[in-house]
Amino acid sequence: MPLDSTLQGKRDFKVVGTRPLRPDGIDKVTGRAKFGADATAPGMLVGRILRSPHAHARIKKIDTSKAEKLPGVKAIVTREDLPDHTDGDALLYDVLYNIMAREKALYEGHAVAAVAAVDTRTAREALKLIKVDYEVLPHVTDVDEAMKPGAPILHSTIFTDGLEPKPKKPSNVVRRYEFGHGDVEAGFKKADIIVERTFKTEATHQGYIEPHACLANVGPDGQGELWVCTQGHFMVRDTCARLLGMDISKLRVTASEIGGGFGGKTTVFIEPVALALSRKANRPVKVVMSREEVFKASGPTASTSIDVKIGVTKDGRITAADATLRYQGGAFAGSPVEFGAMSAFACYDLENARTIGYDVVTNRPKQAAYRAPGAPMAAFAVESVIEELARKVGMEPIDFRMKNAAREGTRSSYGPTYGPIGLLATLEKAKQHPHFKAPLSPNQGRGMACGFWFNFGGQTCVSLNVNSDGTVALSVGTPDIGGSRASMCLMAAEELGIPYDKVRAIVADTSALGYNDVTDGSRTTFATGMATILAARDAIKKLTARAAQIWGISAEAVTWEKGYAKPAGSNAGNFPPMSIAEIAAQAGATGGPIAGHHEYSADGAGVSFATHICDAEVDPETGATKIVRYTVLQDAGKAVHPSYVEGQFQGGAVQGIGWALNEEYIYGKDGRLQNAGFLDYRIPVCSDLPMIDTVILEIPNPGHPYGVRGVGETSIVPPLAAIANAVSAAAGVRLTSLPMSPPRILAALDRKAAAE
Amino acid sequence: MVKVVVWGSLKPHTGGQAELEIEAGNVRELLNRLGETYPGLKPQLARGVSVAIDGVIFRDGLHEPLRKDSEVFLLPRMTGG
Amino acid sequence: MSAIHVTTKINGDVVDYVCEADETLLDVLRNRLGLTGAKEGCSTGDCGACSVTIDGRLTCSCLVLGAEADGREIGTIEGMAKGDELHPLQRKFLEHAALQCGICTPGILVAAKSLLEHNPKPTETEVRFGLAGNLCRCTGYDKIVRAVMDAAQEMRRA
Repeated sequence: MPLDSTLQGKRDFKVVGTRPLRPDGIDKVTGRAKFGADATAPGMLVGRILRSPHAHARIKKIDTSKAEKLPGVKAIVTREDLPDHTDGDALLYDVLYNIMAREKALYEGHAVAAVAAVDTRTAREALKLIKVDYEVLPHVTDVDEAMKPGAPILHSTIFTDGLEPKPKKPSNVVRRYEFGHGDVEAGFKKADIIVERTFKTEATHQGYIEPHACLANVGPDGQGELWVCTQGHFMVRDTCARLLGMDISKLRVTASEIGGGFGGKTTVFIEPVALALSRKANRPVKVVMSREEVFKASGPTASTSIDVKIGVTKDGRITAADATLRYQGGAFAGSPVEFGAMSAFACYDLENARTIGYDVVTNRPKQAAYRAPGAPMAAFAVESVIEELARKVGMEPIDFRMKNAAREGTRSSYGPTYGPIGLLATLEKAKQHPHFKAPLSPNQGRGMACGFWFNFGGQTCVSLNVNSDGTVALSVGTPDIGGSRASMCLMAAEELGIPYDKVRAIVADTSALGYNDVTDGSRTTFATGMATILAARDAIKKLTARAAQIWGISAEAVTWEKGYAKPAGSNAGNFPPMSIAEIAAQAGATGGPIAGHHEYSADGAGVSFATHICDAEVDPETGATKIVRYTVLQDAGKAVHPSYVEGQFQGGAVQGIGWALNEEYIYGKDGRLQNAGFLDYRIPVCSDLPMIDTVILEIPNPGHPYGVRGVGETSIVPPLAAIANAVSAAAGVRLTSLPMSPPRILAALDRKAAAE
Repeated sequence: MVKVVVWGSLKPHTGGQAELEIEAGNVRELLNRLGETYPGLKPQLARGVSVAIDGVIFRDGLHEPLRKDSEVFLLPRMTGG
Repeated sequence: MSAIHVTTKINGDVVDYVCEADETLLDVLRNRLGLTGAKEGCSTGDCGACSVTIDGRLTCSCLVLGAEADGREIGTIEGMAKGDELHPLQRKFLEHAALQCGICTPGILVAAKSLLEHNPKPTETEVRFGLAGNLCRCTGYDKIVRAVMDAAQEMRRA
């Protein structure tokens, strides 16, 4: 929707910016909250999925006859039961292929068949009785290997797009992207110092604690219901309906409480399979992934290989910046390399910038979004080089960054010119922060990094009903992944001028609201929040009209203030203010229920920047690293519920710490994942970490009535680099591969010792 | 005429030019004209694009009005986590 | 397979159930008794989302068989509040916004309660090690540690 200047400018808040308890809090601390796997239905069956043990294999035949005869087996589904309804939509076909393998299994864990049975043991037994005839094919899991001529080819249909002339032979490179402006070659000629390095990052998983889970129920009339933990139940409904050839109206999807997503629950995996099983068995079917399945068959993020080259003058001005990014996104097109390439240099004011990205397929699970998809790896590479350049020109890295930082009016490396942005403000605040000057102990190093994320809006629909007692029922369509219902209640209460606890927000099912995009892109507090504000304003218009009707004056002569309708001035008439409860009580007699709503495609999300400071201590004997101090400074535009904004800052930083130090997908020579569990894929635990300090900056986003910017994703962009810079400072040697696990650090220390 | 800037890897489809001048009153018209004038852009347009108009990113706003002097950047369609 | 009859006490109430020999206590709690507050995050004892106490000892219920609960006393998140009065830890978790998605919260609360029973005055480091068996992916643990420290202080004063 167009940016409405009348929306802007509110900075005087009554409840927005306070920290009330969340409305779903009691349920969450008492065990009452119902998550994906917590639902049951009468006659419910257990659904289980058979998965390919091979990284790459042709599926010659699937024989289910023995399994079908096992007592207690009620339905078996294979590729035959999921015919292609995708109608030429290549992206949707990839989703279909990913949820159930077709001619080939493309990664270890790729679904091959599924069973619904009366209990878990029978379902497990049935999977063993399904005979799959595989022709094992050569595989490739490394991004650089997959790009080489002669690499095993996953899809005979991929001819690299974006190359001129278009290749005649298929490859694993789906597409080449290029962004930038100016002339980097000319820019490098002006440089006094150039640093050029290559970086590698391993694939990581979002690591949400709740495995994917759903309960499907399709009746013989073709109508279906689905209970599911997802970041977007409307997306689930539309995707499943299309994959199964159903009318969208026949499928109703309810979003359960969601136990973490971070982007990993923005697509479908088990849901269409559960629906297909239920349809075939004519019974409710619950499918819950095991943790091993989550690692092997959901959507981790890309592993990458990145070259960065930046040139500077002696006085510390960047003359040119160039990067080539290679991201493998698993077995299908769509690694987040374009966002990596677009965001790589987004923090800098550059005359000459170029980024080239290659989207590569390998025999790994198809990646899904992970918090600012594609950006953290690019920032790791770029911010590492920035730190090194600053040292080379003899500047403090923070001063070097401030000298070259993007600001209002800067042409961004991905194209558009920035409006008001908060990067410099975060840098200035960082410089003043006590952390910045705190002394370091032996073996400790300090690093910092900046990060950027786009944020976006998207389709949103909100409905706000005024109850007969003047309380408010707010229905939103974006699953609450980290306290958003509290933020929505705050914004509705702010507009209506009523107490926070008079508003109750729920996440409505797909039949109750128009389409809502997924909770992603840091969009919910921004877009659903703005829709809530506008729905409240719509309700206020109706409330004042009803008051006018009761008073017998014109609607224009009534204003709304602090939860009361009032005559606009003495000319309008002398009536005592009428409360929302009084107006609501008379709703039936004055025209019926009072509701506000708003439907739109939200735009104007406003980009977001952060600066992180990290102190790391490296044990030179063992190579083990400990983060001893960490500070996040980020622009939130306006923090609606500051506690949950801080929570987003802290959570993103700690996911970044895991990515930087421990987490990685480890593949064997057989193309199988070797660490598909939380013991071997180690995410940060409480004792690994210090407190995570936060500083919220508020540089209003002109695209939101309260100035809100999304905050959820930017916080994971700087940590990889901030930690790498800290570890490199502590170890005295530059680390260029993630994770910086003890063996890698020891190897780097050995290289340093050998060089000395 | 609206100034449209396409990202680098689309240049082979626009005769090597990054900056194009297109007559359009809103985003939908702009994308339609782009596809008609440069058929090579059609697959990318079908995959989805976002636009930035005078610095503000619009992911969905097909009817977003364009001024004569608007500067429009084509961007890959935004997704997030 | 023949089912096993088990008599146990859960949150103070005597409970009888039958289960299969290979069924975990977590499966029994969730699937047979409707106590879905304990969550399955990994089924290998690595995430702590299924934490319960058995005879006062903190345990991952995914690593215990349902049959082993016979004659024992089980404590789950559902028994933590006394009627409508929240346990101080539950209250402090809400006040400190120590949860985002909330899936790990029941397990962390059970673990924190057990920690404070054994150590009413823990240092920050002791809290961090006491909760090291419980994974949280949303919060970065900062607010969780603060909530536990604050609750401990309040409980000591009471």
